Amino acid sequence: MTATAGAAGARPGGFRAMRDRVSTLAAAHRSITIIVGWIIVATALPILMLLPPFSTFQPQKLWIDGFTNAGVFILLALGLNMVVGFAGLLDLGYAAFYAIGAYTYAFAASPTVPWISLHVPFWPMLLVGAAVAAMFGILLGAPTLRLRGDYLAIVTLGFGEIVPAVFLNADKVTNGTNGIGGVYKPELLGYQFTLGNPVPYYIAMVAIIAVVMIFVYRLQDSRLGRAWMAVREDELAAASNGVNTVTTKLLAFALGASTAGLAGVFTASKLTLVSPDQFSFSVSFTILAMVVLGGMGNVWGVAMGAFILYTIQSVVLKQLNPFFHTLNVPFLKDIDFVQYQFLLYGVALVGMMLLRPEGLFPSSRRKRELHTELDDDVGDELGPDPSSSPMEGV
Amino acid sequence: MSALTAGPGAGLVLQAYKVTKAFGGLVAVKEVDLEIPPTSIVSLIGPNGAGKTTFFNVIAGILDPTSGYVEFRGARMIARPIRAWFEPVVWVVPSVVAGVIAAIVNVATANADATALLALAAIGLLIVMFLAAIVRPRWYLRLLAAAGVFRSSRPNDMVKAGMGRTFQNIRLFANMTALENVQVGMHTKMRANAADALLSTPRARADERQSEAKARDFLGIVGLKGRSGELAKNLPYGDQRKLELARALASEPALLLLDEPTAGMNPRETAEMTQLIDRLRRDLAISILLIEHDMKVVMGISDRIYVLDHGELISQGSPAEVRADPRVIEAYLGKPVT
Repeated sequence: MTATAGAAGARPGGFRAMRDRVSTLAAAHRSITIIVGWIIVATALPILMLLPPFSTFQPQKLWIDGFTNAGVFILLALGLNMVVGFAGLLDLGYAAFYAIGAYTYAFAASPTVPWISLHVPFWPMLLVGAAVAAMFGILLGAPTLRLRGDYLAIVTLGFGEIVPAVFLNADKVTNGTNGIGGVYKPELLGYQFTLGNPVPYYIAMVAIIAVVMIFVYRLQDSRLGRAWMAVREDELAAASNGVNTVTTKLLAFALGASTAGLAGVFTASKLTLVSPDQFSFSVSFTILAMVVLGGMGNVWGVAMGAFILYTIQSVVLKQLNPFFHTLNVPFLKDIDFVQYQFLLYGVALVGMMLLRPEGLFPSSRRKRELHTELDDDVGDELGPDPSSSPMEGV
Repeated sequence: MSALTAGPGAGLVLQAYKVTKAFGGLVAVKEVDLEIPPTSIVSLIGPNGAGKTTFFNVIAGILDPTSGYVEFRGARMIARPIRAWFEPVVWVVPSVVAGVIAAIVNVATANADATALLALAAIGLLIVMFLAAIVRPRWYLRLLAAAGVFRSSRPNDMVKAGMGRTFQNIRLFANMTALENVQVGMHTKMRANAADALLSTPRARADERQSEAKARDFLGIVGLKGRSGELAKNLPYGDQRKLELARALASEPALLLLDEPTAGMNPRETAEMTQLIDRLRRDLAISILLIEHDMKVVMGISDRIYVLDHGELISQGSPAEVRADPRVIEAYLGKPVT
């Protein structure tokens, strides 16, 4: 349907026609578009980093490593977007699931776990970590089902604090503050990932993000995705239209958490160390800021939001000090900008809410709805003959 | 859900038997009996605050009745919970049994590992039962029925059983398109689950295609052709009412509950809506329960009218009978001055 609408709408020649054709093609083959899009982005970024303004900041290798870390946050933002953006459940303790994923992999693949010594390969553990996180998503989501808005936020905030605290204090199981070190790195077909070479991690990360993004898009336009949005808009009306709000919300928690689980497993294997302080409230808050800034509900938007915020935080802020030092700017050169990142987040969020509450990249999913005129010009005012309507046989 | 008894109203679409709903000391609905035969339009009228909407909410599964019950298509769906105190017992029994076995094993064999495993199983069972109580899968409901526990159906269960409804104050999904609103209404009729959606199975794709096509048909039925891509909140008031109707129809109900469908409409729109409701009953062979203030609407299309005042049924019968009933006139206009 969309393809024919695009073909009819395209006028011969011109940039606009070209763009229309590309966008309708992209809408018809979304999964392929996502894969192609990520291949282009993933190859263009490292090449771009060889060029002057970027190459002066840090060597390409560090850039790629930074992008991989940014990828972890893109995953987290994609997952939180399902919970907050689609289903409208404000979750302030999202880092808990990130922690659960990371510890799941650490338990299964580290020689320093105090109570067990396993070496399960990385790739199946990705799925296991996602599944375990999803299970905890359901368990932690279940008590919050009757809550809305502020109350839900407070309870999830509590869970977000409880989980790292448990990992911190159960030191017979988790080594407490020291965390679990020596986590095995991934291995693919005999090729061993190493700390020195960030490229394999980078490629793996891009692949994971692309797959997750395809899944998220499919969910968004499915029966479940509409049920999520219905619950977000009006829970009572959703229930009165047959949506089982309980399972719908639990699925939002579970699927959101599973994405965080993936991110956790990946982080554990990349840092080879898991400790409770990696999963503090500031992580939950950062992810939420990424989702809000990127544009709640818009998949590419939150991915961009995560990427931009992470890059600003880990590269730009770090580079500002040496930059002002070299220029020898009085006063500014003495400020450690990394220390002020949350101040800057706060200012950015306040500014966003006042100026552009829908986010930097507001949801553009309505585009496809604009291609509906074609089949709307048949039938009279009251529609087709009801005898041929879908209500037949009721 | 659990069909405890198929009562005397087996041929009826809906039978409410002595439904009472009290909010603390305030009795909003008092012992209301109501019957809806197949393919009929039954109206519920009464002055403001008569308890019409409360009654609606009871039969739609949103509020539990204080007493009485509602049978829908031959099954008792709504009633005061029976032996509800027993439900928590059902939750803990499996884990208590496992715990007791763990204790016995510990005493008898002093096998620490076996005890620990059984204790873990007890905790696991407790978690499973709590989750089951929340999600209420079929096996759990059967277990409850076996234990003699009865709980009213939830609103979504009622929709699944064949009841659609609209709201007095429009409750559309404002930031979704008209088409998506109707597709949500089709929720119970679709079969694709989350796994289907993730893997984009043929079932999921067929489901999407069919639901979209059907949703367009429903929009056509209520006269919203060409508005499918508009956000619900951007539609004019009359169209929002129609969209809510289309959304309720999308679940292919046997009984449609309409809560003041013409509220706030001008005379022309009201006439259109009346015509539409009448047509729906004829063409789709569904029953309609109508709450309405506009007497012209009610008298024109109803087969039977029930009149509520202060929560009590004061009159019922055909439109002509009700119109002539002095108690109805008194409720609406007050006592004649003598």
